[in-house]
Amino acid sequence: MKQNGFLGLLFNALFLAFIAAPLVVVIAVSFTDKGFISLPFDGASLRWFRALLHNDQIVDALWLSVRLALVAATIGVALALPAALAIARYRFPGRGALTGFFLSPMMIPAVVLGIAFLRFLSLLGLGGSFWALCATHVIIVLPYALRLALSSAIGLDRDAERAALSCGASRFTAFRRVVLPMIRTGVAGGWVLSFIQSFDELTMTIFVATPGTTTLPVAMYNQIAQTIDPLVASVSTVLIVGTIVLMLVLDRMVGLDRVLIGETR
Amino acid sequence: MSFLTLKGISKHYGDFTAIEHIDLDVERGEFLSLLGPSGCGKTTTLQMIAGFVTPSTGNILLDGRDITHERPEKRGMGVVFQSYALFPHMTVNGNVGFGLEMRNMKRAARAERVAEALDLVRLNGLGGRYPKELSGGQRQRVAIARALAMRPELLLLDEPMSNLDAKLREEMHIELRSIQKRLGITTILVTHDQVEAMTMSDRIAVMHRGKIAQLSTPFEAYERPETPFASAFLGKTNLLPGAVLRLNARCAEVDVAGTTLKVPHEGRHVQGEVNVYIRPEKVHLTTMGTQGVRATGRITTRVFTGNQWLLLIDTGLGQLSVAQSNNGAPPPDEGAQVGVAWSDDDLRVLQKEGHHGHA
Amino acid sequence: MATLDNDRAGAAPWLLSAPALLLFGSLLLVPLLLTLVLSFHVFSDSQGTLPTYTLRNYLEVVTDPYYGAIFARTAGMAFAVTFLCVVLGVPETIVLARMKRPWQSICLLVVLGPLLISVVVRTLGWQILLGNNGVLNNALQALHITDEPIRLVFTMTGVVIALTHVLVPFMVMSVWATLQKLDPQVEWAGRSMGASPFRVFRRVVLPQILPGILSGSIIVFALSASAFATPALIGGRRLKVVATAAYDEFLGTLNWPLGATIAVLLLIANVAIVLGCSRLAERRFKHIFD
Repeated sequence: MKQNGFLGLLFNALFLAFIAAPLVVVIAVSFTDKGFISLPFDGASLRWFRALLHNDQIVDALWLSVRLALVAATIGVALALPAALAIARYRFPGRGALTGFFLSPMMIPAVVLGIAFLRFLSLLGLGGSFWALCATHVIIVLPYALRLALSSAIGLDRDAERAALSCGASRFTAFRRVVLPMIRTGVAGGWVLSFIQSFDELTMTIFVATPGTTTLPVAMYNQIAQTIDPLVASVSTVLIVGTIVLMLVLDRMVGLDRVLIGETR
Repeated sequence: MSFLTLKGISKHYGDFTAIEHIDLDVERGEFLSLLGPSGCGKTTTLQMIAGFVTPSTGNILLDGRDITHERPEKRGMGVVFQSYALFPHMTVNGNVGFGLEMRNMKRAARAERVAEALDLVRLNGLGGRYPKELSGGQRQRVAIARALAMRPELLLLDEPMSNLDAKLREEMHIELRSIQKRLGITTILVTHDQVEAMTMSDRIAVMHRGKIAQLSTPFEAYERPETPFASAFLGKTNLLPGAVLRLNARCAEVDVAGTTLKVPHEGRHVQGEVNVYIRPEKVHLTTMGTQGVRATGRITTRVFTGNQWLLLIDTGLGQLSVAQSNNGAPPPDEGAQVGVAWSDDDLRVLQKEGHHGHA
Repeated sequence: MATLDNDRAGAAPWLLSAPALLLFGSLLLVPLLLTLVLSFHVFSDSQGTLPTYTLRNYLEVVTDPYYGAIFARTAGMAFAVTFLCVVLGVPETIVLARMKRPWQSICLLVVLGPLLISVVVRTLGWQILLGNNGVLNNALQALHITDEPIRLVFTMTGVVIALTHVLVPFMVMSVWATLQKLDPQVEWAGRSMGASPFRVFRRVVLPQILPGILSGSIIVFALSASAFATPALIGGRRLKVVATAAYDEFLGTLNWPLGATIAVLLLIANVAIVLGCSRLAERRFKHIFD
């Protein structure tokens, strides 16, 4: 393909600057020593990171988000894996509809999901339940786990399984010793992506969250809606750094373009 | 009694017939090839023997035991797949020893057998590597070692050499055949490459459209094909259409483009429209006007392939291709007028497909 | 577990999918249906939601100019964002595709990475950037490009900018996927036949990535039409879009039936746009990729 000319590289630089700008600004602001958002500032300080640690509301919300994401990702993958195997390995009527159904939460606006879940949970009186919130997050993350598990399962060399059988392995042993290890990275990548999606989830959770089950994004949203102070910025910086770390992990495991775009070769 | 028997086997997928009818007997220690173009059903047949596909009708007997409905993991056959199907997350040792692990062999005994198998395929010392660190040829040997480590009674090979380059393939033909002879293991090879089949097999089953068209030794299959398909698929041949004038005790008199040829009919009751065949290497160039010249014509194409000269000659009988060994002076150039001769015993005649007579 | 023979599927796939199916059936399908039912309920200021049925909510949303303005504003915003995403995203993806490793991977990471960061963080960044005292205004004033701060927060312009930032990675993803399928030798073939690089791009490359641009546009349009957090934070209380209007009714006025109505209409519009345009695009471009 053609090489990039000067114009192309300039455009790229500006584009990257555009993408990075808000994130860079947030990180910068979080190091201010003042009590309000200002840029530029003269003294750098970690006071807002220390304040973060002492802010019970934030810490509780962070802890809840982590717990929620861990559980939702795990359940999501546990449900998505067998479904992915079913879809990848069998031809059966309704296969396409089933796949579409499982992927549908990605197509439904988060607002609509939030309203639907809120209505459902309040009818059942499950308003403040952690597990109810968790179930809604499982629904949100399952499509992501499924997509990755599917692309792994579809790309599997079926002959490897047959080879195991011809070596005398029972079906279950062949699955355990040959199939599972071969799709391991796809499944693990699905887990990490699900964790991130659950942790970041905002719009739907705004509807379903209660004072007792407030996730970190929701807490930050509520805060920002009133006023922005450097505390939210320091929380954001922690999140950005954490996400970058997870991103690098994901890229090493599965390759970030495969995760975000799907099965491109 | 033969070692492996396929009796009345057929396989249908809904409307589609993959295997129409197969009867096959394989002797113990034999190397048999299933040879045919893609879609002829050879791989399906192998998969049925291995147990990955269940026949629609018929039985498969192994050493007298009916294994038609037995699960693949119980059949104890060594299978080598076209893509090798190595376990990417295990080392070479792990791959080769997997079958032994499934038989609950102890670690020490396993290691010994694995080393033995790797030695057999000349991969000593590579046991600790992973498949992705190996070349294509090495991976193929691992696949073979994995199948042989279990000391199976039957070895099944599904086009295992189609991914190798030509030189390597030729080497593997000889090597694999010598391993097979040394171990005396009954082997079935699926291939579309007739040179491969002829090089390695004791017998060849030529398959066409879900049936076995001919089952014989490589020499017989090549020299005395029984169907037009087998004749065209194995090697190159000259095909001359004609009509039977008279059937004698040993020969048929066939009129080909105005000339009468005497063709041995080998007991086939041919009549009416037939095809006469002769292999290019059995046709010789002679000087025009000498005794024994069967036809004359002009050389239209002359090609040099290293060990042979290939010529296309327009004769009164039709276009003939001639293959001449490269062991002396080159043949005349394009445009030259030459005569061609052959021995009548090298002619074959078969009924044209779809016409009356013994087909 | 293993399918070895294609005609023996049986109940296995359904058993494997059962747990997920159960969860989705009960926790996705049922709530959506309940929401639909809710949209037909009556709401009274004094008594809340009553279990009687009416079409009044739909009539109100469809006829009241207040909602008409909201729908128009949302559609306008979505079009603007989609347009910007195409104008910015497509060239960027082409530039990316021509890069060599490792730069390509690094740039791809930077462009797509923000998708993994919560939208709250990204929107906070824009609030800081666009504020009257924000970075952008300070910089513009320092460079003497403007004398007074430009109002960007609480304007549609600000929302469009921020939303473009949030959604342009989706456009990049979609076009990237299409670019991967392109056979680079096709370009060489065009050049060998005498076409200039520009010509080759216009007549050979562009038509082939059009499906990617289209599907990216559909995704971006659908996501921006249903966007909530960014319009809420940057647009403020007075610039309502469909999603924030639904929020208002549901959690503000507590008029659940009306909120549900807006949600249902949003869902229908979303599905219609995505499926409708996808079907159209598929039919038009079927002959390129079979």
